[in-house]
Amino acid sequence: MQRVYLDNNATTPLLPEVFEAMRPHFFEKFGNASSIHQQGQQAHAAIEGSRERLAELLNCRPAEVVFTSGGTEGDNLALFGMLQPGDHVITSAVEHHAVLNSCHRLEHMGCSVTYLPVNGRALIDPDDVRRALRSETKLISIMMANNETGVLQPVNEIGKIAAEADVYFHTDAVQAAGKVPIDVKEIGCDLLTISAHKIHGPQGAGALFVRKGTLLQPLFYGGRHERSRRAGTENLAGIAGLGKAAEIAHLGFRDGSVARLSQLRDRLEKTIVETVEQVAVNSGDAPRVPNTSNISFDCIEGEAMVIALDLKGLSVSTGAACSSGAIEPSHVLTAMGLSADRARGSIRFSLGKQNTSEDAEFALQLVPDVIARLREISPAYNKTHA
Amino acid sequence: MLNQTIAVAMSGGVDSSTVAAMLCQQGYPVVGLTLQLWNQRRLAGREGMPESVQGRCCSIDDVYDARHVAETLGIPYYVVNQEERFERDVVRPFVAEYLSGRTPIPCSLCNNHLKFDQLLTTARQIGAELLATGHYARNEFDERSGRWLLKRPADRSKDQTYFLFGLTQEQLSRTVFPLGDMNKADVREQAKRAGLRLFEKPDSQEICFIPGGDYKQFLDAYLDEQGEEVPDTAGELVTTTGELVGTHNGIHNFTVGQRKGLGVATGSPLYVLEIRGDQRQVVVGSDEELFSRTLRASRLNWITIEDVHEPMKVQAKIRHRHQPADAVIEKVGDDELLATFDQPQRAITPGQAVVFYAGDIVVGGGWIL
Repeated sequence: MQRVYLDNNATTPLLPEVFEAMRPHFFEKFGNASSIHQQGQQAHAAIEGSRERLAELLNCRPAEVVFTSGGTEGDNLALFGMLQPGDHVITSAVEHHAVLNSCHRLEHMGCSVTYLPVNGRALIDPDDVRRALRSETKLISIMMANNETGVLQPVNEIGKIAAEADVYFHTDAVQAAGKVPIDVKEIGCDLLTISAHKIHGPQGAGALFVRKGTLLQPLFYGGRHERSRRAGTENLAGIAGLGKAAEIAHLGFRDGSVARLSQLRDRLEKTIVETVEQVAVNSGDAPRVPNTSNISFDCIEGEAMVIALDLKGLSVSTGAACSSGAIEPSHVLTAMGLSADRARGSIRFSLGKQNTSEDAEFALQLVPDVIARLREISPAYNKTHA
Repeated sequence: MLNQTIAVAMSGGVDSSTVAAMLCQQGYPVVGLTLQLWNQRRLAGREGMPESVQGRCCSIDDVYDARHVAETLGIPYYVVNQEERFERDVVRPFVAEYLSGRTPIPCSLCNNHLKFDQLLTTARQIGAELLATGHYARNEFDERSGRWLLKRPADRSKDQTYFLFGLTQEQLSRTVFPLGDMNKADVREQAKRAGLRLFEKPDSQEICFIPGGDYKQFLDAYLDEQGEEVPDTAGELVTTTGELVGTHNGIHNFTVGQRKGLGVATGSPLYVLEIRGDQRQVVVGSDEELFSRTLRASRLNWITIEDVHEPMKVQAKIRHRHQPADAVIEKVGDDELLATFDQPQRAITPGQAVVFYAGDIVVGGGWIL
């Protein structure tokens, strides 16, 4: 059975060049970068090479890049690394759980947290950020792009507010990297999280940008790796992959691959909206990353739709957090003010660089039929269409 | 039929796991579904409730087990979350029944609303017209009457038809019970041969949302969580002649036939005969007084017939662990049935189900008033 994968915001497949960049590090160039000998030097060189790629992607200095195990660790490091009991943090209601649950923990430990609401387009109002500032505010953490809707937050403005208030600014850019250009100077952030497996790199690798002069408490104690900011022998192959992925991501803005992605997403979205009745694109008119389309279908259980599509070969998601069987309505869609019904009937399509127009065609063949069948069975739909 | 996708309701137990394995072996395209009905962690640790929760039907561990079976068999597997509906259609009525002095059966409600309603709908939504479960029961289409029949299984000791009396014709037409002709030992043997490591897993006998089995603790913990008070229904313990013999601290603490917990010391043992909710009275009496020849039932579901138009001889079960007893049933109201037993039956309990059999065949059933 043909399978098409349109859930790239969950994770992405490696690009072949990324795997090729990783391969030598499994068997030949396998060393521990802290070792004095040849293998160590090779490993060290590879890691520093990747570090430079990240620096180019983010427009920062290589020394400002800390390698981590991924986005969650990066978010944790940014938050727990910067905050002490008594500090105040400003964040948003639509952050990834890595930020939200870290904030809950920080509250438990004696910090205070303000969770800013979003409007109907899932956007933060920078004025709300300003109004939430207090004397004890130490850090603002607002994501650059949302994983469920793809909406881009006004991080540049928030960066200015942070600078004026002399408060640190962290942004989770996990879903933004490779999709929109990132310039830490332009944003004005002090910390920024990247994850490899969202940009066609391997799972288990990521990076945290830490502006020079930012005093960060590490999460892991041990050796002096990453300038004593993150102990632990480096995930060499992972970092090599991340570096290559970052390079390709950066190139994507010039070689047409991101533009192509944008066109594909637009076509998919437009066709669905035109062929299927009673649909709405969630946050369609807010600034968005070019690969994501979150659409709600009236009178449909998103869960049933995902399963039905999966059984026919199409992989998408509801964008709702799933933890061991308990599926909660999306906190993001809820924060946007979507009714429970509409939130439950939402599907997220997220494209990656490996997707082709044939993939989009495949989806467009399946989706209207599945919707029609589900609606046929749906008592709610039949009530309004009897 | 072999190209028809069959969904299997997988609880993580040996029975439903074996069903999945058997259908795979027979070549059907199988999809595994687990209903996530109750978050076991919700009340854990509250006063009286167990701290940690071992595997009980549909707990997180059971989901892992079901998923592992699906992975072993190589079938698609999905968890369907119906916590909201379960709370609304099973848990809340359960609580309300106890607080009214009746003894509920949540498993029948779950079958009616979740397993054979919601799950059948979900199965259809994802392209499976048929749903297979691990229930010990049999169903078949009777050409003569043009109706689907529900019948007792080969393994009488595992007979679950008592809980399935509420199934409609439509539900029966889309359900498959592959274990109907097997006994438990055979099922475990099949599971073992299919390479399922849970073939020795003990059966779950309790109410799935009450780990530890103490329904009183559950009522307290649940109402507390909901910010509600356990209503004060303390009142009198009386005999059938109205004589006051003591007091009680709440009608939900009692069930018909109960002997313990009365707090009354007399010469001979006393049993709960009746719970009068509105008067907050618990009527107690001797063992002989527990016997009765009649009961009334409502909210009836008929399987072999459309309705009871004239008095009918059946065998009736008044609780799961009960030998079906000869009785005559007749309609006495729009939604009321009178059952008259040949022999007096012990501890007929309002809130329980009464299920009517004609030999092996389930005629229908209803809820005891």
